[in-house]
Amino acid sequence: MQFFFEVLIGGLLSGVLYALVALGFVLIYKASGVFNFAQGAMVFFAALTFVGFLEVLPGWTGLEEGGRAVFWLSFVLSLAAMVVLAIVTEKFVLRPLVNQPAITLFMATIGLTFLVEGIAQGIWGANVRGLNLGIQDEPIEYMMENFNILISSFDVFAAAVAAILVAALALFFQYTRIGRALRAVADDHQAALSIGIPLRHIWVIVWAVAGFVALVAGMIWGARNGVQFALTFTALKALPVLILGGFTSVPGAIVGGLIIGASEKLAEVYVGPFVGGGIESWFPYILALAFLLVRPEGLFGEKHIDRV
Amino acid sequence: MKLKKTVILGAAIAGLLGSSMAVAAEQFIGLPSYRVGPYAAGGSGIFGGWIDYMQMINERDGGINGVKLAWEECETEYNNARGVECYERLKSKGETGNSVFQPLSTGITYSVLDKVAKDQIPLVTMGYGRTDAADGRVFPYVFPLITTYWSQATTMVKYIANKEGGTDKLKGKKIALLYHDSAYGKESHAVLEKMAERYGYELTKLAVAHPGNEQQSQWLQIRQLRPDWVILWGWGVMNPTALKSAAKTGFSREKMVGVWWSGAEEDTVPAGSAAKGFTAAGYNVAGADYPVIKDIETNVYAKGKGNMEDKSRVGSVYYNRGVVHGLITVEAIRKAQEKFGKGKALTGEQVRWGFENLDIDDKRLAEMGATGFLPPLKTSCMDHEGSGKVKYQQWDGSKWNVVTDWIDADKELVRGMIEESAAAYAKEKGITPRDCSKEM
Repeated sequence: MQFFFEVLIGGLLSGVLYALVALGFVLIYKASGVFNFAQGAMVFFAALTFVGFLEVLPGWTGLEEGGRAVFWLSFVLSLAAMVVLAIVTEKFVLRPLVNQPAITLFMATIGLTFLVEGIAQGIWGANVRGLNLGIQDEPIEYMMENFNILISSFDVFAAAVAAILVAALALFFQYTRIGRALRAVADDHQAALSIGIPLRHIWVIVWAVAGFVALVAGMIWGARNGVQFALTFTALKALPVLILGGFTSVPGAIVGGLIIGASEKLAEVYVGPFVGGGIESWFPYILALAFLLVRPEGLFGEKHIDRV
Repeated sequence: MKLKKTVILGAAIAGLLGSSMAVAAEQFIGLPSYRVGPYAAGGSGIFGGWIDYMQMINERDGGINGVKLAWEECETEYNNARGVECYERLKSKGETGNSVFQPLSTGITYSVLDKVAKDQIPLVTMGYGRTDAADGRVFPYVFPLITTYWSQATTMVKYIANKEGGTDKLKGKKIALLYHDSAYGKESHAVLEKMAERYGYELTKLAVAHPGNEQQSQWLQIRQLRPDWVILWGWGVMNPTALKSAAKTGFSREKMVGVWWSGAEEDTVPAGSAAKGFTAAGYNVAGADYPVIKDIETNVYAKGKGNMEDKSRVGSVYYNRGVVHGLITVEAIRKAQEKFGKGKALTGEQVRWGFENLDIDDKRLAEMGATGFLPPLKTSCMDHEGSGKVKYQQWDGSKWNVVTDWIDADKELVRGMIEESAAAYAKEKGITPRDCSKEM
């Protein structure tokens, strides 16, 4: 039983990391109805920009290498880079495609993916980098000594960061003027425009917020496995989370992430040996597919009703 | 009259220039590289080292017996379709066409396997591709040079046995194989299972789904299993993730042995301190203190002609692997020139002969400034592998250190399996194996 709980808790903590990536998708889909295929590339771009600045800033500024000043300056500059990316995306990708079908916008984000990946490697190079956030990826001694259950302190830290981020985003959406405008745009573009909400600004803001989420996700995944191209694959982990939780729900991303994380780990351990193992990559999709059959809008997604 | 003389003089000069240009032959080598995309880190290192070596041969020696090396890169992004496109684009370039194709991708290798035989271009797959292609009777145009996955797997067991105090000590030991869930990852299964039968160790296979950035469940199973050793057959992000997960579960990195695609700086640096003590196989070693690397620094980088954007990567595992690719390719062309004519650009078929008759012994390695850098190599019509030897390197937290001499593969076991598999392939494809006694 102890092993079961170990797998379950580990899965839940991994699920929080998936949810972190899924959040970026949700934000953009909520505000613009665009399924942003480039979210994984944005995670890679943000993380690579962050470690790139960490490397070059000491030489440029004379600040101490590995010091706090370099860390926070890199963070701010990376965030600025994500804002610039949001502005450029709105101007050159979204604006020319206003009122086009959703599939057109989706295809545009596929193109954006390759562009962002190429630009990231073009600027910072293709080298694989390590990233140390100062949090050790080691078991929590208390849990090991008292329950013989292995829980990583880094995973707990990542879960805490994700929780704070979700709470902050929920407050932002609920109680700020911009948040209300975002929700209005999400509900009805035309109605939002008619009452004077500037659609273009809103899109820039929402893409910039998604960029911020990508930066945080990239830093955590990068610290876990290294900053490398594989960060783009984190998007693959987020897709079943979105199907399960709903494309328009922030809490849905979290709950979906937890369900996917826990179920894929349990399936790998208890079902995997009977089918040759390595089922983690496709099991979440099977689960999401099964879920679609009974609840197409996801757990927390908005029910789509058409007048016929 | 004056005009007539000028025209004649001009024609004579043009004729001379033309003949001298014809004399300065160039050997064309098409490079299907990948410098962007998911595996750009490895690709930029290997192709960078390879180009630097060829540049060094041109700068230091004026080419191979006066034949300058010319090359052109074609970006594959490690994508099969693009690899085939590059193959087609490159095959007719240069005065004799492309003389060798080395895609550094098992997928692309499989995609062009039939084409190379038709186009008579040697396909060199150093450290990847089909292991059974080592049987040159069935695969005359394919060269899985130096060593294959099967050979490597046998050296891994030998390495572990050596650490345990002999092969007799393997009985009852538990070895977990953590492998990339792909054809590449499964390549070692048959060999490790046969060796398990022979030596009595218990083999547990644990698959990791691509890309391998999540291994929590596998490492919890390893924690429960408590193996004596873990063999890491990984690729890309799977490697640092495995090392970090091992540290998280408290499994000693000293008891982990990696495949040569797990043993580069790109695999250990992202894992930070978690990689310390990890050992991996290699058919080349890391380090910039070899005369061959010094020659590159003197003749290429000192002249500002180096290919690496980040010069600190010169001497890294992948960079040196690229140098090995260049070194063996140059040696094959040199060998072929001895038979088909020095100072001439050769065809793919002629270079193929060169690859099939390589004889790089210790003396030749010393002449090339590569003693200990790669193992001695001797190929033949029967044997397109040529060596089978592997060295092991250990990561000390900042660099790789060689910890063994060249370890011989279990040739007896591997060769039997190669011939069996190649014969089955020949039967399936309707290929009549060559009679090597008639080959010269």
